[in-house]
Amino acid sequence: MLQLISLLVENKPGSLMRITGVLSARGYNIESLTVARTLDPTLSRMTIVVDIEPQLRAQVIKQMNKLVNVLQAADLTDSPAVKREMALLRVRAPLPSRTAILKEAEIFGARVVDSSTEGFALEATGDSEKLDEFIDVMRSYGDIEVTRSGAIAVSLEAKKLRLAPPIPRNAPVDEAGEKLETRP
Amino acid sequence: MSTIPTHRTSAMTESKLMSGSQILLECLVRENVDCIFGYPGGVTLPLYDALYDHPIRHILVRHEQNAAFAAEGYARSTGRVGVCCATSGPGATNLVTGLVDSMMDSIPVVAITGQVSTKLIGSDAFQEADTFGITRSCTKHNFLVKNIAELPQVVHEAFYIASSGRPGPVLVDIPKDVFQAQAHYTPVSSIHLPGYKVFTEGHTGQIRRAAQVIWESQRPFVYAGGGVIAANASDELREFVELTDAPAVTTLMGLGALPAAHPNYISMPGMHGSYAANMGMTHADLLIALGVRFDDRVTGRLAAFAPHAKVIHVDIDPAEIGKNRAADLPIVGDVKRVLEKLTKVLQETASESREQNSAARADWWRQIREWKAEHPLTPEVSTTEIKPQHVMREIDRLSGGRAIVTSDVGQHQMWAAQFIRFDSPRLWINSGGLGAMGFGLPSAIGAQFARPDKLVFSIVGDGGFQMSIPELATIANHALPIKIIVVNNGYLGMVRQWQELFYNNRLSQVELNTFPDAEKLAGAYGFKGRTIENVHQLVPALEEAVREPGPYLLNIRVTPLENVYPMVPAGGAINEMVLGAPQPVEV
Repeated sequence: MLQLISLLVENKPGSLMRITGVLSARGYNIESLTVARTLDPTLSRMTIVVDIEPQLRAQVIKQMNKLVNVLQAADLTDSPAVKREMALLRVRAPLPSRTAILKEAEIFGARVVDSSTEGFALEATGDSEKLDEFIDVMRSYGDIEVTRSGAIAVSLEAKKLRLAPPIPRNAPVDEAGEKLETRP
Repeated sequence: MSTIPTHRTSAMTESKLMSGSQILLECLVRENVDCIFGYPGGVTLPLYDALYDHPIRHILVRHEQNAAFAAEGYARSTGRVGVCCATSGPGATNLVTGLVDSMMDSIPVVAITGQVSTKLIGSDAFQEADTFGITRSCTKHNFLVKNIAELPQVVHEAFYIASSGRPGPVLVDIPKDVFQAQAHYTPVSSIHLPGYKVFTEGHTGQIRRAAQVIWESQRPFVYAGGGVIAANASDELREFVELTDAPAVTTLMGLGALPAAHPNYISMPGMHGSYAANMGMTHADLLIALGVRFDDRVTGRLAAFAPHAKVIHVDIDPAEIGKNRAADLPIVGDVKRVLEKLTKVLQETASESREQNSAARADWWRQIREWKAEHPLTPEVSTTEIKPQHVMREIDRLSGGRAIVTSDVGQHQMWAAQFIRFDSPRLWINSGGLGAMGFGLPSAIGAQFARPDKLVFSIVGDGGFQMSIPELATIANHALPIKIIVVNNGYLGMVRQWQELFYNNRLSQVELNTFPDAEKLAGAYGFKGRTIENVHQLVPALEEAVREPGPYLLNIRVTPLENVYPMVPAGGAINEMVLGAPQPVEV
């Protein structure tokens, strides 16, 4: 089963390499990875979808948390979270099928972002399964071209994700809620 | 947010226009660095120019790998951060083995590498390598400094990361133009590492529960490792062991964490551990694991490891908890702080709880003494040939538990670990996790520089020694009084042992049938050396080596086909040891 990992990381060169290194060192293939700046420009939010054997999942998360650039890595696979993905899709639409294509797009909540005599460019968001279906439907109209963003997710559990920007800068607190020692 | 120690500042005035090289050296002074092991090159020319008349001592080794190993020897023998330095490209790639070694054994090392100028990075310039990329997985953290403004911050962050939490190597890659650039230097007063988490204190509730579990246990067993040494927690360990009266083993990385002569001390456990240590692990009902990582060389077949034991696992690295063996009672924290707290709770509860299992505890100790007596760990000695174990016994006698002993990797390492006893931590220096041959000699250089007062033995095999021969020049150069003991069996002994036992004795590429004349070799470098092969020469030759004020190379021809026992075959359970000489072994 695919695992969904959300990370809050320092927005620095090499951060991405360190995180993907934890996965590539074990020979895991990344299904999708998205990364973008948070409200705090020094930090980025990263969402990774990857297939990890169940017994190693906790270990991989711990190893990611250990990285100096990682503020938090959380496994959202089995916790309440909203997960979305976006697809940009071009479909060839000769006159007879144009109305049908638009109708289908409407059913899936997709928007037309470009229209020409040749066809449409469409934008769709949803969970991955919904996008799979949408792409299947569009394919039935002929050749299509698809770019998918990969999943992004946000946890619905208050504790699971550390929200940016309130990052404790002076007194980091460990899991047990005890104050950490800093260097004298 | 952490502050930078300022116990030492150099004569440099504050906020002065300085070059990157000068800023780097100033930061090193502030980190109390007194010596760097390194090798210069094209892009580090500006740095070496600044070093020319700088108070920090630079030790010129003969190969960058040995700079990293020497820095480790320095760090392992003192607990302070070891520093090594190399140029870009080949210099940096040569450091890699040493970096991985210190990563595996959690040794604080800072490596400074030169890089081609920022404008040339990525252009396949002369002596360019992607050091930042190459060393990403060999270091705890690494930095590429592209702007002189970041340099002081990065250097202090590197030392902080290397030495705090679970220690490890940190590499700082500095392009030539950053060394050359000028900037106004103001001392860094704090560093900011928002993602760096150090768990030191240990959960109070867990510690209370641990105390209770310890009193409830009938057959407790302490399994202490390198983490105890890294945390400087030997005194706390001794107090804990005495209070609970639990038998204790220390791993290969933990030798010396508890004095070998301590009545509660058993020996090293694991693949070449003693019978009593492994039987104790197997039959314990409580394993108190302190700063260990349940390495496969200790546990043998995991499913059969300590099958009756609850596990209390104390480690500073949360990623170690439950990695190999599930912990019933995990405590994430600095083992020193955790033991202090745990001992305090145990003292408070001792009067009401100590007696509850006293009969069972007495039986447990009786059982352990029986195991010890049944198959004691005693060195083989012969009257006709020099047994390698005999060599270790004599070195042990000369050391009296006080000398620094560095070892290379292989059979001699195991014999040394079995038979040389250590009264205190930071005396036994070896490549435990990585098993890097060529480690023994350069690490002795680092240790001897760090501890000039100490007698240093470097015990090496004839294989590993030949990997590090160039460093004889460094030793001669500085007249380091290291006693190099080559345990020479003419083979890559450990590989040969496995070929004998598990590959039908088909000895493939393990014979080392050419070895230089030790007297001539040492003589060529200007110090004393000698080869012995008669058992009657052993004691006088070792004593002569120790008496010699300078370096000494003693090449000892030992029984060629000796095997290390006890031995747990790979994949076996640790209580299924092969205890002695050739018995049919099934694989």
